[in-house]
This record gives sequence, structure tokens and C-alpha cells, in this order.
Amino acid sequence: MNLSALTLHEASKRLRSRELSSQELTEAVFQRISEAEEKVQSYLTLCKDSALEQAKRADALLKAGANLNPLLGIPIAVKDNFLTLGIKTTCASKILDDFIPPYDATVVKNIRAAGAVITGKTNLDEFAMGSSTENSAFFPTRNPWDATRVPGGSSGGSAAAVAADECIASLGTDTGGSIRQPAACCGIVGLKPTYGRVSRYGIIAFASSMDQVGPLTKNVEDCALVLQAIAGHDPRDSTSADKFVPTYAAALTSDIKALRLGIPKEYFTSGMQPEVANAVRQAISQLAQHGAIVEEISLPHTEYAVAVYYIVATAEASSNLARYDGMRYGYRAPARDLAESYMLSREAGFGTEVKRRIILGTYVLSAGYYDAYYLKAQKVRALIKRDFDEAFKTCDAIITPTAPTTAFKIGEKIQDPLQMYLSDLCTISVNLAGLPALSLPCGFDSQGLPVGIQMIGKHFDESTILNIAYAYEQSTKWHKQKPKL
Amino acid sequence: MAFTREEVQRVATLSRLRLTSGEEERLAEQLDRILQYMEKLNQLDTREVEPFAHAVDPVNALREDTVTNQPNAEALLANAPAKEKTFFQVPKILE
Repeated sequence: MNLSALTLHEASKRLRSRELSSQELTEAVFQRISEAEEKVQSYLTLCKDSALEQAKRADALLKAGANLNPLLGIPIAVKDNFLTLGIKTTCASKILDDFIPPYDATVVKNIRAAGAVITGKTNLDEFAMGSSTENSAFFPTRNPWDATRVPGGSSGGSAAAVAADECIASLGTDTGGSIRQPAACCGIVGLKPTYGRVSRYGIIAFASSMDQVGPLTKNVEDCALVLQAIAGHDPRDSTSADKFVPTYAAALTSDIKALRLGIPKEYFTSGMQPEVANAVRQAISQLAQHGAIVEEISLPHTEYAVAVYYIVATAEASSNLARYDGMRYGYRAPARDLAESYMLSREAGFGTEVKRRIILGTYVLSAGYYDAYYLKAQKVRALIKRDFDEAFKTCDAIITPTAPTTAFKIGEKIQDPLQMYLSDLCTISVNLAGLPALSLPCGFDSQGLPVGIQMIGKHFDESTILNIAYAYEQSTKWHKQKPKL
Repeated sequence: MAFTREEVQRVATLSRLRLTSGEEERLAEQLDRILQYMEKLNQLDTREVEPFAHAVDPVNALREDTVTNQPNAEALLANAPAKEKTFFQVPKILE
């Protein structure tokens, strides 16, 4: 087996017992990148030289036995909307084509402090706006299971890199499903933590009331380990929660007896690919065999979530993206005056989807439309959150499919934004309510494409969903299957 | 059609975006469909509902009013499209 196929947990064990060095592991990952990247195209920027330097330092620490963090010496890829000191950060946009951040995002700082080796920056939909990674201003990433299909998005590069063993684990962001949906499409584990659990300081803002950072990994245990390294309060993010962080790996007992799992009937709609619904239902009955109590529940406002999300998210985006004016950083077009400079810089710098969302967001906030769209959406959002609050009075977790279909074809939905938005159907309510949720593999469709199951937890209760996922994973082999590249 | 090309133009100007005429037409059509889809929110009576404010208990994050970062003009100017000494150079705003 190629060393790059190791899980984080296995690799960390071998590093600590000194049967493997971080330099060997990092070399193996870059070897794999050189073989797979032509087909997959997960990375926008590779950092081989600095990665090997970091690996060397990690090896010295491992030798001294000084730092025993599980991330020490582990090659990790980072989505290109995280600011990385001295490493180009584009957000897959032409407007930030040559932007080199003067500081590290808090999570980047955290994984560096843990001794992780940063392999590079992964591709995404421009400004994380999309569900397929086709909206990258540079190139689309391809699904490692089928290169004619999308890897999902917006963290498509981070998901594909993990699935193709082009890193050991990666970091992504999730505003409406951008970690979970690509994790499902690529057959890996992806977690969106509770809003406030992980710092967003130094993450390029898209929709600030929903953006959250999380891990994409090869299995559930790895997911718990990466979450541990990034979770916690950060005074530099005023929305970050000053709450106790449990030891996530300790929660992985596989004991889910008498846990109450709610299955919302609204998530199994007629538009869903039958093979997806079947795989998820089968996984649910397996959870019942483990002693969990399964009951059907209702989240009655589910059908309004996509409409609410695309009002709230675009409104926040239109405001967040006002900062790209070409004055202090980013692209500036030659112009006669200031007004023209703004217009021309933003015209040339932003792609079609970004412009579409800025216009939609500006419209729903503009005089005369604010009450009808934005305020209405925030009211319905309160109803969506209330549905979850009610459900969690009787449930410990909620189980749904992660996406209505497996990975779709490149080009299939790009001309039809509404169809593209509807592929986030199962994931966006979670962001609207600020809940934690993860996706893990639960089977394959007849074309050999992975299917993902979503587990939604109570606020700040990542431990329970990680344990349910772990219990399921222990009794299946889906996560051990690898794409043939 | 509720979302006309003129409407797209108006909002584009508010957003400091310039669009090609092809983009304007396509956007008008697409946004019109998207807004029609959003009409479904009007099926719900929300007169008695307080709008959403925060996902978890909001607490004001306060701190001492002290400088916590080290000023570093060079680093901050490194990405400037145009600069002069320790200043960002921008287009003239007054005649």
C-alpha cells in the first residue's frame, strides 16, 4: 500500500513509533499528487518545499518525543479560502489572483502549532459559492471516482484530495453543505461543526451567520482528531463560543444503545435518487441493530430552506464582498475615476455565479424589497430552527441523506442555477439553524459512485454524531474502498 | 416578468458591478426564476414570528480597548495594487 493511503490515525501511530518519518510520508503524498493531480486537479497551489521543511521539523520533534499531538508530521491540505501567511490565497477568484496574506487564519495557526505539514491550497467554487467546484475561476476539480463528474462543492478540492490520497486529511468550510456534500460525492467523512465551535478568524467571509470550518477525512476517528486540533474559543472571532471542548476521540465508544434517532420524513422526497434513499434506509436499520431507537419525525418547514438560504446567504455575501474594491489589495482595473475603477475591477475580477449572488443579495436588501424578502426569510429561518429545537426534545440525533443524488456530471447543472441550488436541499437547514452535522459513506450506486449519510446533532454536541458515525463505520467497509485512478 | 433588465441594471449599479448586455439579459431571466421560486415563502403566515437573530445564545464579545496587533505597514502594503511610501495610492476622488 502507498503510504499516502494511510489514515491520519494509522500514520500518526507509525510516526510516533518511529517506523515511519514525516519526511517519508510527505514525500509519498507528493509522489501521489504527481500521479493523480493531472486527472483530479484538487490543488490550486502546492507547497512542496515548505512542506518538506515542516516535515523535517516534525521529525526532530518526534525524535525528541516532545510533542505528541496526533497531527504532528501529518500532511494536511487547506481550502484556498483560509488565509495562509506567505502562501498565495485566491479563494478561486481572479480578484485575489496574486493575494499573499500577511497572517495565518487561527485554524491554520492551530494546525501548524500541532505540527501538521501543509501540502497546499485546494480548489473551490469561487468565494465558496457553488456545489460542484465548477465555479472556480481557474479550473474544475474532478471526482476521483469518475473524472467526468463533479466532486461536489464548494470544498471539492479538499474532498477530492482526501479521496485520491493526495493528502492525509484536509480542511474545508461549510456555509450550506460545502463540506458534507463533497464528502458524500467523494466517499469520505466531512464534518461541519456547530456555529461558533471553530474560529473563522482569517477565513474569507461568504455568509457570516452560517460560515463554519471543519475537517474532511478518511474515517470518523481522523475526523475527531482534526476537530480536536481546531475547536475552541478564539477572542479574534467575536462569534466563536467560549465553551468547554470535550475530548472527541474519547466519545468514540461504538455504544449507541438507546440513543434516539429521528428520521425526518421530509428528507426522503420523490425527487431523490432511489439508490440514495435505499442506501440511507439500510444504514438506518443497521443503526437500529446496534440498539439505537429509530423513529420517524417531522421537520415541517424543510421545503422552505432553499429559498430562505439563497436570500440570507446572498444578502450577507453582497455585503461581505463589498470589500473587494481594488484599493488596498486584489485586482484593480485601469480606469478614469474612482467609480469606474470599482465597476471595472469588480466586473473583471468576479465570475458569473459571484455576480449573480451579489445582485440577488443586493436586491433582497434594497429599499422596498427588504421586508418582502430578507425579513421574511429571517422569520422563516426562525421557524426552521424551531423545528429542530422541537425535534431535539425527543431525539439525540437526526439522520438524513447528505445529498439527493450521487455526484452529477460536469456541466450538467451549471447553466441552471436553481437546479444547482436544489442540490443543497438536505444540508442547508443545518447551517440556517447553526447545528453540527457530518456526512459519511453508506454505500455506492449502480454506477459505483459513493452515497453519503448525514447525521445532525444538537448544538455543541459533535461527540454524539461522531460516535453514531463511528458505530456505523465499525460495522461497514464502505470507507475502505478506494477510487481507481 | 418581475425582474427586468432595467432592474438588473439598477441593482448592478448599487453593487458597483458592470455587466455586459448578454449578462444582463441572462441574469434577468435567471433571477426572475429564482425569485419566483422564493415566492413560496409567502405561503407561510409569519406575522407572529420574531426574525432569526443568532444560532446559539448570543453574548456580546467585549475586550479591553488596547492594541493587540503589531502595526506592520510593509506587510499590509505588500498586496496594494498601487502605493507610495507608506500610503495606498487610489484614484482621485476630488477634482
